[in-house]
Amino acid sequence: MASDPASDAAVSCRGVVKVWAAGTARAHEALRDIDLTVRPGEFVVFLGPSGCGKSTLLYLIAGLEPASGGELLAFGEAVTGPSPERSLIFQETSLLPWLSVWQNVSFGLSLKGVSEAERRSVARAALQRVGLAEAFDKRPDELSGGMRQRVAVARALAMRPKVLLMDEPFAALDVQTRQKMQDFLLDVWRDSGASVLFVTHHIDEAVALADRVVVFTARPGRIKTIVRNDLDRPRDPFSPEAEALRRHLTELLRDEVDRAFAEQEALV
Amino acid sequence: MATFLARAAAVPQDRPRLPLGQRLALPEGLVPLLRRIGWMLVSVGCFAGLWELLWALGIADAKLLPPPHIFLGNLAEQARFFNTAQRWQIGTGMNTGPSPAMAVLITVLASTGRVLAGLALAASLSILVGVAIRYVVLFERLTLPTITLLAPVSPIAWLPVAIFMFGIGNAPAIFMVFIALFFTMVLSTIQQIDGVNRNYINVARTMGATKRQIYARVIVPAILPGLLAVLRLNLFGAWMVVLVAEATGVGYGLGQVIMLARNTFNPSLVFFTITLIGLLGFAFDLLFRLVQRRLLYWLPRDAGSSLGL
Repeated sequence: MASDPASDAAVSCRGVVKVWAAGTARAHEALRDIDLTVRPGEFVVFLGPSGCGKSTLLYLIAGLEPASGGELLAFGEAVTGPSPERSLIFQETSLLPWLSVWQNVSFGLSLKGVSEAERRSVARAALQRVGLAEAFDKRPDELSGGMRQRVAVARALAMRPKVLLMDEPFAALDVQTRQKMQDFLLDVWRDSGASVLFVTHHIDEAVALADRVVVFTARPGRIKTIVRNDLDRPRDPFSPEAEALRRHLTELLRDEVDRAFAEQEALV
Repeated sequence: MATFLARAAAVPQDRPRLPLGQRLALPEGLVPLLRRIGWMLVSVGCFAGLWELLWALGIADAKLLPPPHIFLGNLAEQARFFNTAQRWQIGTGMNTGPSPAMAVLITVLASTGRVLAGLALAASLSILVGVAIRYVVLFERLTLPTITLLAPVSPIAWLPVAIFMFGIGNAPAIFMVFIALFFTMVLSTIQQIDGVNRNYINVARTMGATKRQIYARVIVPAILPGLLAVLRLNLFGAWMVVLVAEATGVGYGLGQVIMLARNTFNPSLVFFTITLIGLLGFAFDLLFRLVQRRLLYWLPRDAGSSLGL
């Protein structure tokens, strides 16, 4: 079989465009000409200044928003809507507060009418995987911010996703917790075998996590460049190679932040 | 002064002063409750005391503003005017029929029942209509403009309509409570739906939820706390409306007693009934909060003082 790279890819974007409020006076272009291919099992970080459209691209890949143009494929099939295969994890807590932890984790299964016994066992396994087996019967508001995000990861894992989409999932956490969560996420990524698309504006997160870093330009969001990150895992954030990569990414980003600032000042 | 200080210093200080609750070994949680009840009694006591004082000084005329000890002092006298309609219906005179306490109770229960029926009807129908408006676009286009137009109309304006449609009895009073709450609660249901955290909905969507599942499993539970808060704010409104409806010839009830007191120039009866209504409203609010807490088990306990005394 002649292998078409697009159908082997976990996610493939060709010339993807997103215009918000298209056809109105408020129309503005969020994404322009996005070309990107993500391999199965790859860890890709989207890095860019705030408002550059990197989260928008994640929502398009999740199928929560339709693209305005271009072609968007997941495992060779056009993305037409959300799918449990592509789980999205949000920045702010998204656990349903009226459900207990295990009910949250198995929420997707309950939508399909899976029996309670099976839901409990799936939830128990997923919670064990994120190290929160003892939180099974707790309520979300009894957990810390970091624990809540781990439950959100467990909920995504319970759907056995092939792609994990993460929208600044650790942005609301303190620095120490964030570091712990990065190690935790790498463990989860390794044994789930899923591709991870991870949005952040923290260069350190890109250095610590990514196989490849996709750097975005400020509005409209375009891919400025894609930087390979071949540092050996487990990574030492203070190695000379990591420092060099950090400096490189910082310089790439600085231009964009400057440009975004200049634009905002021009608007005032 | 010096001797006073010396004596104060001589008091043995070896035992630390524990809070009163711990010294008396009261169960935890009871102390704040007792404290609130205590302050409530002080607050009401000051008000009643001032009134009594004005009466004792001859400033408050007992014929116009009888103080509490007068209008609360003679239940049997006051009770003669309660439950009058039913006595007329069964043909008993002013001084026969149920005992004074029973007569008051029958009247109180009649008004309470009307308020509860109106509240239940308004709450369930307005949630249904509000959700339907957001669920079906055509339904929104057909109904929302009319509902928005009718929402600001004072419930009092509906009173003649209630009587045209339902005559006298329970139905017009229940209708009045319903109409006073329905339109605003539909609008606030819609507002609550629009305010639901997008993440909750997006989570359900990525998990493959259908539109119906999103409404039933995410939106309705998410709007429940806000709706109950709105319902609680409207509780007092419901009581006001039911009194107006009863005062204008629904038959019997607390509103009718007030009107009777007005027509027969009986200030004692007015204040006695006002006291009853105040206590009832208070009890309703308390009960409502307990129900709210039970129903919204996932909200933190300290959100709002728990019993609000």
